[in-house]
Amino acid sequence: MSDAPTLVKCLVWDLDNTLWQGTLLEDGEVVLPDAIRDTIVALDARGILQAVASKNDHDHAWERLTALGVAEYFVLPQIGWHAKSQSVKEIADQLNFAMKTIAFIDDQPAERAEVAYHHPEVRCYDAVQAAQLPSLPEFSPAVVTVDATRRRDMYQAGFRRTAERESFSGPDEEFLRSLELVMEIKPADDADISRVEELTLRTSQMNATGVYYSDADLRALLADPEHEVLTITLTDRFGPHGAVGVLLLGYHERVWHLKLLATSCRVVSFGAGSILLNWLIGEAAAAGVHLAADFRRTDRNRMMEVAYRFAGFTDDACDCLTGLPTAGTDPERAGIEFRHLVAGPRPVPTTMRVTAPTLGRATSTAEGALA
Amino acid sequence: MTAAQGGTGSDSLEKELTAFLTERTGTEPSAEQDLFSTGVISSMFALQLVVHLEDEYDIEIVGPELSMDNFRSVRAMSALVQRLQGAEDGSRAG
Repeated sequence: MSDAPTLVKCLVWDLDNTLWQGTLLEDGEVVLPDAIRDTIVALDARGILQAVASKNDHDHAWERLTALGVAEYFVLPQIGWHAKSQSVKEIADQLNFAMKTIAFIDDQPAERAEVAYHHPEVRCYDAVQAAQLPSLPEFSPAVVTVDATRRRDMYQAGFRRTAERESFSGPDEEFLRSLELVMEIKPADDADISRVEELTLRTSQMNATGVYYSDADLRALLADPEHEVLTITLTDRFGPHGAVGVLLLGYHERVWHLKLLATSCRVVSFGAGSILLNWLIGEAAAAGVHLAADFRRTDRNRMMEVAYRFAGFTDDACDCLTGLPTAGTDPERAGIEFRHLVAGPRPVPTTMRVTAPTLGRATSTAEGALA
Repeated sequence: MTAAQGGTGSDSLEKELTAFLTERTGTEPSAEQDLFSTGVISSMFALQLVVHLEDEYDIEIVGPELSMDNFRSVRAMSALVQRLQGAEDGSRAG
């Protein structure tokens, strides 16, 4: 389960003699080969974002991309005279992607070497490989979801949001309210599972255990009355953010066992994770149970430790934990600790409207008979 | 960038923390104001806050010290910083 492939989330294109044939400033005319156009369209349909790092005059190059009919496929174009390593970093930072999820393609060995020197985790490709990229495993997600096919739209809406935020001079809370955010929490169905599986693959900062739950793992739990699989989607006035979270809960008599909580990095700054956690705590309080969350430290998930601690979870012992699985009963739990909370009521969020089911074993299924 | 050498008085600490929060959230909190009651402090900002205090004051905030009560207000954070700085000086001396 842990050797999942590291998929490329964004491919950064050079332009001259890589994306198009010719050198814009010298030749004037440049040609976009059909094979390259096919690659761009194929990667886009798979939800892989594409950006540009080119040494050219910005307006001139962008005009040409528009004329060739492909400008709309690119986010965050970096066209200017600075080092390409700097362009790649700018793109990764703005997308909030780790360098190991970025790929770079350029016909010039020196440019690839410069990027590789500063960012050794970025995967670099020679321009001659362009047509083959869609056949490589790192560009081939196992499933292509509804969200993937419109990922570029969602990011472009995201950049408009960011621009609006930067020009907004009031307090953050007022800005968040102005977005008219709606969070929908619902029991997952078959179609949702492929969306959230991808989320557990793509999200490392906000996964509390670093454990990867596969499509099959989650699907098997959908009909299990002892488990609840919930998906979280978020919408605002700029449009949908898509599936932004998944939550896997195991029901026990005195405690609900939070096995998986993964939320998308894209919505962290809206407070989505805290609001979700607070909603769950409120549900547990209403049901009269404690919460026990799996936690395993990874080198990327300190945010989750802070989120649990700030929500009141501790590593104190409690009798309620004795019935839960341990590393002794399940070797895959090695290194996983519990963060425990005696749940109490939580305030209603002021920045977001939340629609959600009532949780509890009795209501989740009619099959009722408990082992 | 460290303002922490030899410990920091609580007045200047509170001033620095207030300035940091004002810059990051767009509103100026009073020293005792509950920063969490409205839920506006996101997980991301909570982490930034923790990392900011660690870097700025040369302390480590781990385990139970990461409780929300220690970050609930400017005054609580100021007390946390002073306590952890004191603990560290003590352990170095001993």
